[in-house]
Amino acid sequence: MIEIVNQGIGSSFQDLGRIGYAHLGVGRSGAADRASHRLANRLVGNVESAATIETCGGLNVRAHRHVTVAVTGAQGVIEVHHGPPMAVNAVAHVPAGTEIALRPPDEGMRYYLAVRGGFEIDPVLGSRSFDTLAGIGPRLEGGARIAIGPDPESPMSTDLAIRPPLSTLVHLFDGPRRDWFTEQAWSILTTRAFVVSASANRVGVRLCGPALERRFNRELPSEGLVEGAIQVPPDGQPIVMLSDQPVTGGYPVIAVVAPSHVPSVAQARPGTELRFRHSAG
Amino acid sequence: MNLLPYGPGAVLAEYGSLAEVMAVNDALRTCGLAGIEDVIPAARTVLVRFHQVDREALEDLLVPAAAAPRPYGPTVEIPVVYDGIDLDSVAAATGMTSEDVVEVHSSVVYSAAFLGFTPGWAYLVELPPSLRLPRRPTPRTSVPAGSVAIANEFTGVYPTVSPGGWHILGRTTAAMFDVERSKPALVMAGDRVRFVPA
Repeated sequence: MIEIVNQGIGSSFQDLGRIGYAHLGVGRSGAADRASHRLANRLVGNVESAATIETCGGLNVRAHRHVTVAVTGAQGVIEVHHGPPMAVNAVAHVPAGTEIALRPPDEGMRYYLAVRGGFEIDPVLGSRSFDTLAGIGPRLEGGARIAIGPDPESPMSTDLAIRPPLSTLVHLFDGPRRDWFTEQAWSILTTRAFVVSASANRVGVRLCGPALERRFNRELPSEGLVEGAIQVPPDGQPIVMLSDQPVTGGYPVIAVVAPSHVPSVAQARPGTELRFRHSAG
Repeated sequence: MNLLPYGPGAVLAEYGSLAEVMAVNDALRTCGLAGIEDVIPAARTVLVRFHQVDREALEDLLVPAAAAPRPYGPTVEIPVVYDGIDLDSVAAATGMTSEDVVEVHSSVVYSAAFLGFTPGWAYLVELPPSLRLPRRPTPRTSVPAGSVAIANEFTGVYPTVSPGGWHILGRTTAAMFDVERSKPALVMAGDRVRFVPA
């Protein structure tokens, strides 16, 4: 049993998302930084689809029995009371009564907390992810006591993961509506810096930079979106869609962030300068 | 049909008509092709998200076949109080009285082409041409849940409070989406819908 003492900021249960419900208008959701979510689960020997808690900090939990945990994603201070010290990207075995508090991150935006055995919560439409846009999925609430699943009896192959620093160079593929934009817009997108604005959440990250101009100003009938799609509203400031994106959107998509680079965008703090490169592959 | 790139895990197919979209959507939903994860139809496009799919087989499926008429699903009746904030402006823009707008909107049996935007949002077609208006120039930042609205060739019901640019004719208390129900979406693609003035 793990008790949520303080839910902190932007905290939710997440897994690899809700696949196959788009025909009901239900999007994928899932961990915004899937790579860190997977890593947290691998460190504690879980399957990668086990639920983790995603949080922007301030999360405070208490173990009511001996548990094995790992925190990945953002870099920051983990305060431990009544237990051994902890660090990110490392396995920790904590005794009953230990309280773990994640301070606001020093680098990155989102931590992932995994517990060996996984958080035992009922899935909603096949997933334990909370979709902040649609309001679908299990809610994480302060004071709740969350059961932990049975020990997976799998080996834990390492105690510590070495992760490279977060990249600010993001690879892109062509988007379906690249031809709605001027050649100059594409050249600006792939050469100039774009700053992550304060308007960044699990739905999308709005960027500030030189305006990306369209060749013509007609209305686009709404069409399907994917995570990583870069929509450009009439003001020319691009928005990178993240995991809680709506199923469809009405702005032309100029480019798509390579799936392996979406975590870099999800972890980019407001004020971060991102640069984009066209991916050949 | 026009195939547009959408990164390594998706492709967007663009069509000239909604009928082609619906035919391709039906074909994809029943094909059982391994690797297809999600099919997202929209007004003129079908987005397919996949993981390790037979690309050639997928592209064959994206070519609209001679349209077999889609069998209709059940008819869902949705009670509406026609007191929407845009009722008068729609009447003015279409040259009708508000009573006529209500009469025309509630006299048609619609069919659900596809669901999208947010959970349970069904895009209903067969809107009479006399009621077709472009979206509002500036979307509202917040439209109440249950708002019954029209835009272009569609009518529909906002399942939850959300931003929106459609013209609001009225409101319903029907829950368009509820994960606690065995069938979460009140209206599924293929269902028929009647709006009943309440």
